[in-house]
Amino acid sequence: MTINTMAKGGWQREQTICFRKMEKMIVAMQDPDMGMKLRNQRLLITVIPHAMTGHDIIIWLIHKYSVCEEEALHLGGMLVKYGYIYPLKEPRSLVLQPDESPYRFQTPYFWTSTRWPASELDYAIYLAKKNIRKQGELMEYEKERYSLLHKKINHTWDFVVMQAREQLRASKQRRKADRIVLECQEQAYWLINRPPPGVHNMLDVGLERQNNFNLRATLNSDFYKNEIEVHRRALGRNRVKSSICLEGFLKYSEQYQNHDPIMQGCLPSNPWISDDTAHWTMNTEMVPVPTRLRVERWSFSFMELLNDAMGRQEFMLYLEKEFSAENLYFWQACEEIRHGESSKIVEKVEEVYKNFLAPGAARWVNIDSKTMDKTLEGIKQPHRFVLDDAQMHIYFLMKKDSYPRYLKSDLYKNMLAKAIVPQETKKSVFPFMRRQRHSSPSPAQAVAQATEEEGRHKGAG
Amino acid sequence: SCDFAPSGSFSPFRRLPLPAKRKYMRSPLSPEMATQEVPLNETLAHLKTESETLKLKLEEERAKLHDVELHQVAEKVEGLGQFVMKTRRTLKGHGNKVLCMDWCKDKRRIVSSSQDGKVIVWDAFTTNKEHAVTMPCTWVMACAYAPSGCAVACGGLDNKCSVYPLSLDKNENLAAKKKSVAMHTNYLSACSFTNSDMQILTSSGDGTCALWDVESGQLLQSFHGHAADVLCLDLAPSETGNTFVSGGCDKKANVWDMRSGQCIQSFETHESDINSVRYYPSGDAFASGSDDATCRLYDLRADREVAIYSKESIIFGVSSVDFSLSGRLLFGGYNDYTINVWDVLKGTRVSILFGHENRVSTLRVSPDGTAFCTGSWDHTLRVWILMC
Repeated sequence: MTINTMAKGGWQREQTICFRKMEKMIVAMQDPDMGMKLRNQRLLITVIPHAMTGHDIIIWLIHKYSVCEEEALHLGGMLVKYGYIYPLKEPRSLVLQPDESPYRFQTPYFWTSTRWPASELDYAIYLAKKNIRKQGELMEYEKERYSLLHKKINHTWDFVVMQAREQLRASKQRRKADRIVLECQEQAYWLINRPPPGVHNMLDVGLERQNNFNLRATLNSDFYKNEIEVHRRALGRNRVKSSICLEGFLKYSEQYQNHDPIMQGCLPSNPWISDDTAHWTMNTEMVPVPTRLRVERWSFSFMELLNDAMGRQEFMLYLEKEFSAENLYFWQACEEIRHGESSKIVEKVEEVYKNFLAPGAARWVNIDSKTMDKTLEGIKQPHRFVLDDAQMHIYFLMKKDSYPRYLKSDLYKNMLAKAIVPQETKKSVFPFMRRQRHSSPSPAQAVAQATEEEGRHKGAG
Repeated sequence: SCDFAPSGSFSPFRRLPLPAKRKYMRSPLSPEMATQEVPLNETLAHLKTESETLKLKLEEERAKLHDVELHQVAEKVEGLGQFVMKTRRTLKGHGNKVLCMDWCKDKRRIVSSSQDGKVIVWDAFTTNKEHAVTMPCTWVMACAYAPSGCAVACGGLDNKCSVYPLSLDKNENLAAKKKSVAMHTNYLSACSFTNSDMQILTSSGDGTCALWDVESGQLLQSFHGHAADVLCLDLAPSETGNTFVSGGCDKKANVWDMRSGQCIQSFETHESDINSVRYYPSGDAFASGSDDATCRLYDLRADREVAIYSKESIIFGVSSVDFSLSGRLLFGGYNDYTINVWDVLKGTRVSILFGHENRVSTLRVSPDGTAFCTGSWDHTLRVWILMC
């Protein structure tokens, strides 16, 4: 429907932004004071004015944007790939060479953004001109496209040939330098708008985002009423001063720095570098003895402790000693309801009631009476979030009370003391020899094995 | 079943019941606004003006508490040295543009999807391909690994999100056990499992996000508020685990309550489409990457943008962002084939990485932070590490 007209009539939003930015860069490069120094360039026997070398371009970019040479080469390369600068030597190859190769700025007439979209008619005229000039010796792909166009717009073919002849006649009257320049400019334009096979299509932006498609339909009164609601709610929310929030980032980064392998490396070695999976083996979900860094992390936040299966197991042990393990069991059961299948919600909620909430339940949890009443009322119509309030109450109870005491306990301190600090693997003497990279069982296989073993135990028992 | 929405309707499929009291827009958190009424003879222009006035007021309120910039606070932090990062694995096998990838919790396997409809599961460590699925559509823009590691989800131009259990038998056709879960009325742009294999969150070109029960395919919640295609989403790593953020072509990043479907916070400072959103590891903030060539950091407690990561020499859009484990580094994959590495605290660019021969379309740090993986339109995926 409107999708195709968007592509033809409108302009690709993403490209517009980039093109404008590149054009701004190009204009800055041609600034009379701060821009590039242009000079005449000799091409065989002809002198082409207002040219620059690839090296010049890179130096200018390095100074203007304070970047390294590699980045300047890449950036300049983009300007060439998009046709804002074209090469005089080897004009078919839109590549920036960091040497004395000559380049020129493309005339705005031939900027892709100026003449969008490139028309079939113009392409036909271009190929016709080339065909006449080269007496039929076009490149293979150009020949194919030429004959395709001939079929497609056959009805205007006389016009095409006439235009081609006229343009060739006019160009013959130009100076040789101008002729060469015009040919290069036009060729650069078509290399981008009709790339040869095997060459990147620089104008490919992927899938069309039809976001303007339903604009009128979308921005109706319902939409604005929704927006107003969101804004009012936002105005009412409590905000924290920046100076307080931002300190939080500093603290977090500092606390986790030693745990960040990309920043500090990891022990005994990063598997991706050394091809040794020891680091992963030592940190699997359940290990006989965990690493020190892992146990340390349990003290960073309650969430860290609970997110680690071993941490959770240790915490459970501690709670059992304190006779408050029912809290963690309850929390886990609530999690299973929240994240489980819709079909199992009712039966799971019933289980939770029986085990944790019913008077005299085996693992009765101590929730304040207001929350308990609300929850008991709610579970008459069980849904996914019916236990949320109770779960949160118990979560914060554990977090504020049991968790800090756990961290001070002998159980935790002993765990920390006996935790492993792996030896750093010295980099191998022969870095060229690659160690064999071993496969590991896929998670699906691991699950299947575990199920099998469980089955065997059940069978045996 | 999925009915086609009548033209002019905002909600593309099942319509949510609108709040019952529409005459009195009372915010429970601000009693002083309780007595304000929206006039009954509302015209569209009037509503639009009201919305814009409120937005301006919101920006004013947000600015009042902004007493310092992040890079100022970070002055006392030690600067980062030179970062030399190299490609350590190159995964070849896709026949066309790689559009999306996700890590398995085992820290070495990944799933990737491509324009040609192929979804591949790799052991990135050995570079072996373990599974391959051919989708019935092209442009598979979204893929995700299940937390158990036993399934993957994917979708794209088919407007659906389907779950494929990963078979142990390498010869089995995975498509046989395929499960259709989500149904949108436009392309699927992103998907993610929640804390379990049982729920999936999706975002779509139809302007909505949705939460689904995998077993039954039932829609659990839908999220309306974006004015255009939603391109990305990320789940919050919070204690109560109930929110997620989405970014769209309307330049907005919205934070949603998964329970109620409400948009609880909204940020609109980007100048173009938001292609990627990712939470800061603590869950107190998130980063975004946009076609406007910038990455930005939004603090949820301050309720505002707190940093912009940009450089005059970077003019191509950001397709994808992710944090290192400590949140000190922000990696951005760009449409000019490069990866820029940013110091999140100081706001400076610490490294630029070359290697891909076409756009970087997707980027994820591994679950244990030992490496990050990029996918590109050059048909390959690369795993990158820091060389000391």
